[in-house]
Amino acid sequence: MLRLPAFEFRPVRSVEDAAALLSEYGSDALPVAGGTDLYANMKLGLFTPRVVVGLRSIAELRRMHFDPAHGLRLGALCSLDSIARDPAVLLHYPALATAAAMVGTPEIRSMGTIGGNLCLETRCTYYNQSADWRKALGYCLKRDGDLCRVALHSPTCKAINASDTAPVMQAYDARISLVGPHGARVVAARDFFSNDGAHATVRQSDEILAEIALPPPPRGARSSYRKLRLRNAFDFPLLGVAVAVATNEAGACTQARVLLGAVGSAPIEVEGAGALLLGSHFAAATLADAAEEVFRAGKPLENANASLLYRKRMLRVLAQRALEDVAAPLR
Amino acid sequence: MGNNGARSTEGRVVGAALPRIDGYAKVTGAALFADDMAFPRMLFGRLLRSPHAHARILSIDYEKALRLPGVVAIATGRDLPVRYGILPSTQDETVFAIEKVRYVGEPVAGIVAEDERTAQRAAALIEVRYEALPSVMSIDDALRDLTENGEKIHPESRKSNNVHKDVHLTFGDIEAGFADADRVFDDEYFFEGNTHAALEEHSAVAICGADGKLTLWSSTQTPHYLHRVAAAVLEMPASRIRIIAPPIGGGFGGKTEPVAHELAAAYFARATGRPVKFTLTREEIFYTHRGRHPVRIHLQTGVKNDGTITACRLQTWLDGGAFGSYGVATTYYTGALLPVTYKMGAYAFDGCRVYTNKPPCGPKRGHGTTQPRYAFESQLDDIANALGLDAGAYRAAIAVVPYSRTINHLRVTSCGIREALSAVAERTDYGAKHGKLAPGRGIGLAASAYLCGAGLPIYWNPMPHSGAVVKVDRGGGVTVFCGTSDCGQGSQNMLAAIVAETLGVDILDVSVCAGDTDLTPVDLGSYSSRVTFMAGNAARSAALEVRERIAAAAAAELGIAPERCAFASGRIFDRDEPDRALAFVDAARAAEARCGTLVGVGSYTPPADLHGDFKGSGVGPSPAYSYSACVAEVEVDFETGEVRVDRIVLAHDCGRALNPSIVEGQIEGSAYMGMGEALMEESAFRDDLHRIPNLLDYKTPTMLDTPSIEAIVIETEELEGPYGAKEAGEGPLNPVIPAIANAVADAIGARIFATPIVPERVLQALDGTTGPLRLRAPVAARTA
Ligand SMILES: Cc1cc2nc3c(=O)[nH]c(=O)nc-3n(C[C@H](O)[C@H](O)[C@H](O)COP(=O)(O)OP(=O)(O)OC[C@H]3O[C@@H](n4cnc5c(N)ncnc54)[C@H](O)[C@@H]3O)c2cc1C
Ligand code: SF4
Repeated sequence: MLRLPAFEFRPVRSVEDAAALLSEYGSDALPVAGGTDLYANMKLGLFTPRVVVGLRSIAELRRMHFDPAHGLRLGALCSLDSIARDPAVLLHYPALATAAAMVGTPEIRSMGTIGGNLCLETRCTYYNQSADWRKALGYCLKRDGDLCRVALHSPTCKAINASDTAPVMQAYDARISLVGPHGARVVAARDFFSNDGAHATVRQSDEILAEIALPPPPRGARSSYRKLRLRNAFDFPLLGVAVAVATNEAGACTQARVLLGAVGSAPIEVEGAGALLLGSHFAAATLADAAEEVFRAGKPLENANASLLYRKRMLRVLAQRALEDVAAPLR
Repeated sequence: MGNNGARSTEGRVVGAALPRIDGYAKVTGAALFADDMAFPRMLFGRLLRSPHAHARILSIDYEKALRLPGVVAIATGRDLPVRYGILPSTQDETVFAIEKVRYVGEPVAGIVAEDERTAQRAAALIEVRYEALPSVMSIDDALRDLTENGEKIHPESRKSNNVHKDVHLTFGDIEAGFADADRVFDDEYFFEGNTHAALEEHSAVAICGADGKLTLWSSTQTPHYLHRVAAAVLEMPASRIRIIAPPIGGGFGGKTEPVAHELAAAYFARATGRPVKFTLTREEIFYTHRGRHPVRIHLQTGVKNDGTITACRLQTWLDGGAFGSYGVATTYYTGALLPVTYKMGAYAFDGCRVYTNKPPCGPKRGHGTTQPRYAFESQLDDIANALGLDAGAYRAAIAVVPYSRTINHLRVTSCGIREALSAVAERTDYGAKHGKLAPGRGIGLAASAYLCGAGLPIYWNPMPHSGAVVKVDRGGGVTVFCGTSDCGQGSQNMLAAIVAETLGVDILDVSVCAGDTDLTPVDLGSYSSRVTFMAGNAARSAALEVRERIAAAAAAELGIAPERCAFASGRIFDRDEPDRALAFVDAARAAEARCGTLVGVGSYTPPADLHGDFKGSGVGPSPAYSYSACVAEVEVDFETGEVRVDRIVLAHDCGRALNPSIVEGQIEGSAYMGMGEALMEESAFRDDLHRIPNLLDYKTPTMLDTPSIEAIVIETEELEGPYGAKEAGEGPLNPVIPAIANAVADAIGARIFATPIVPERVLQALDGTTGPLRLRAPVAARTA
């Protein structure tokens, strides 16, 4: 069996203690929530922290609260399963419930947290491999090597942000609070993910993702998440499309965000698609044009479990379907 | 007894859907697998594997690794130089590579240490210098002329280029057959390689006693072959080696030949005097492999306008990977069984297996017959469509008949193919649906045949293929000793059921002692679906011997003739006057008093007349054949190319079902496995590396991808089988893959000539290309 490398486990009871420990050990320490991503990566030798700071006993990070005036607040430790089943989430943020319900397997959804899902390490078929495999390959830019195997001339890593909830959070315009040794800050989801395969997010190594705040659903809100995968469980997305819109009494679109997941190193907002929807009544031609925008915006590479051309072609199909989801009840 | 309520009150065991005797232990986790074993002072082993697909080993320096605290011993090829291989004709492997490495993942050195992590760290400290050689990664590469560039993977091989084996067989007048045909169908197919993906990771534990006797527990389907190879490689008398096969968490052929870690465990136990355990990681299993060969297939079939097959020519090219394994047999198997299913006027078969720098391929459920079966049943569907015939009725019309000889001289006995075909067609209303469903929906049908054990052993010898001993205790308990290895298929249960039935006792009164070379007579192992037929017959003979003695004693006590003794419900009674009876335990004691220790022995050797007399006739003969038929219904998404299987109906002629629920379990497992091979599983390589050596990226279907599976047990009476039984282990897998392929063809109106049928291939077929995808779907498909 593949064994975890040895490490010291330091459980903490408060966000402050966590930040203090992370700050003390610097790059020798990593936080862990559900561990469904981190421990798997440690077994592959991708991370070898000396200290692992366990967040699971921080009770305040398990809270989930919705009220119509302020929206939804999710503690970072809320399990994906609890989010997928929550009545308020199902009613007001259905795309989030869908995305959370489509992650991995039941076991992973009950251990895996929303904070861990947003901080998910980027993925690549050349990278998520054992130490021996990567050695046989000759390593790559992201770790131990000096060449990107996917984009040979790229100076940066192009690994994929394969989080199912990341594009949805951005579509809902979520705010993410980070707590570090010197205090807290709030960043918009659109600024949280860094478009760099080597660093999934802008979180500093001594910061804890404490909470995610979603604004109250606007009037006439509708949203959808569509995921492309080869099997109906286990699989990370090969593509994800999240759409969130708002409408007025006349059924016209007053707000629209279209996000692409699992294509780049961060979720990609397709502004052209949103602009087309704005003011429209979701006519079939409008949806087709918006899907075409998505198709043009997404530039998959050969680093997932399906070919570049297949993922490229599916961009339009998936976008079309997600757009139809939000249009259907209105048309 | 708790929840283990398997008590059979009827006294009739065979034919009853009793719970498995080992079921409770398996589902509660109480069963002890090889990796569950631990001994005081046990060492943990780890193999250092090659990072090169093809390279010369220049030097190995393990001084630094040996100095790491906790490391106890290290060995390399020099320490274990004896070559071995499962087939006598292909002795091409050593435990650790010598001089050359031939695939990424080939073991180069072994380390044992106080714990696994230390062994792993030590492996990283071993310095091996290599000189890289050009690698051969495809069938085409392997057939390329080597005269100017490169060296053979096996320089000592006498074949040209990287060919390992070629076979040419012709039966009947093939040219005349084609000349006689009204139409000739000529197609090429490619069946992708895939792996067994058994749940249990291979594990081996060895101890060496103070007397020098070596005991090796290993998750092996073939303890007897491991015994022979261990004796040869360790250069020790076999009498000083004991092999034990504990319960195995699935094998599917992946544990049928001795591999490095088991021999390394034995070697290190002897070298260090301490218990040693080697358990492979999942990734290492992808390198150990011995899985399904990728096969390129060229199939030409000549038919009359009514569908009669006048001639069939099959050519196969097998990508064998780096070593021989069972490959010679696999090569023959790609040609051997097509004529066991259908009548043909003439048959020609050319097979060619090549070496490549990939993990060695070997036997997987269906061993070599699965790939050509996919091609043949695909083409047969196209023939039926072209000739306007119903695919089910057509197959029934050309199917072999019971008690006949095939064109390649194989002996067919009982044969339920027609019953299986009509069962699946009727259950699904195939005739009314095929070709008539809405676009995107399809239904497909296929049939096949399989062995009930290979007619000849792996190494030539005139001894039985299976032996059994039945012993009766003074308390009425019965023990059956047999060398079988239970890889999960239920062979323990089968032995207990046959002995219980023969002696008329409760199945729970029978203990099974199996797979232990010190304690049990030889059984050749769990491969080629041979165990029920062969070990079952051996156990039945052994039980009959005991029964005869008990009957004689009971008859004397009851004052009747022994022929009048009946055995049931733990009693021996007068057939004509059932109230005159004796408890089994009393009869057994009386028998022991009369004739001494109560033991019966039995063995099974297949009959000699199963096959023809030509070179290569040894692969394919079997004392009986099982038959199966399958219908699959699918739905295809024209935009994404995704195939959803809605329903699989699978009928299997297993002879008599000794335990119908175990047969159904095998049928369901076959449907599941076949679906994975048809739609998603592939041994994929990128450059020299296995691209996806883990179970997240190597796709097998999940529960959510698996449709309702309807298993139909077709019973025929096989006169030579134990209580009429044949097999259910491998046969039912074969028709599933072509049934799904045919359903997809029905759904999209185009044939895909390769497996797996991944979404991308479906879109290519819809686009009418075989090359890269078009970025925009053709209008016709989108509006369909
Ligand atoms: C078989 C399998 C299938 C999977 N399928 C999917 C899938 O389909 N979709 C998908 O999105 N994911 C998938 N995952 C990934 C993962 O399980 C989920 O993303 C999960 O939500 C991660 O949460 P966690 O709490 O377990 O994260 P952890 O493993 O605990 O942490 C993940 C990363 O985030 C950091 N981290 C965690 N919490 C915090 C915090 N509060 N503050 C700062 N940093 C933090 C950790 O240091 C680590 O780098 C899969 C994983 C596996 C093993
Ligand atoms: S994208 Fe390039 S650098 Fe990044 S992990 Fe993949 S191969 Fe390595």
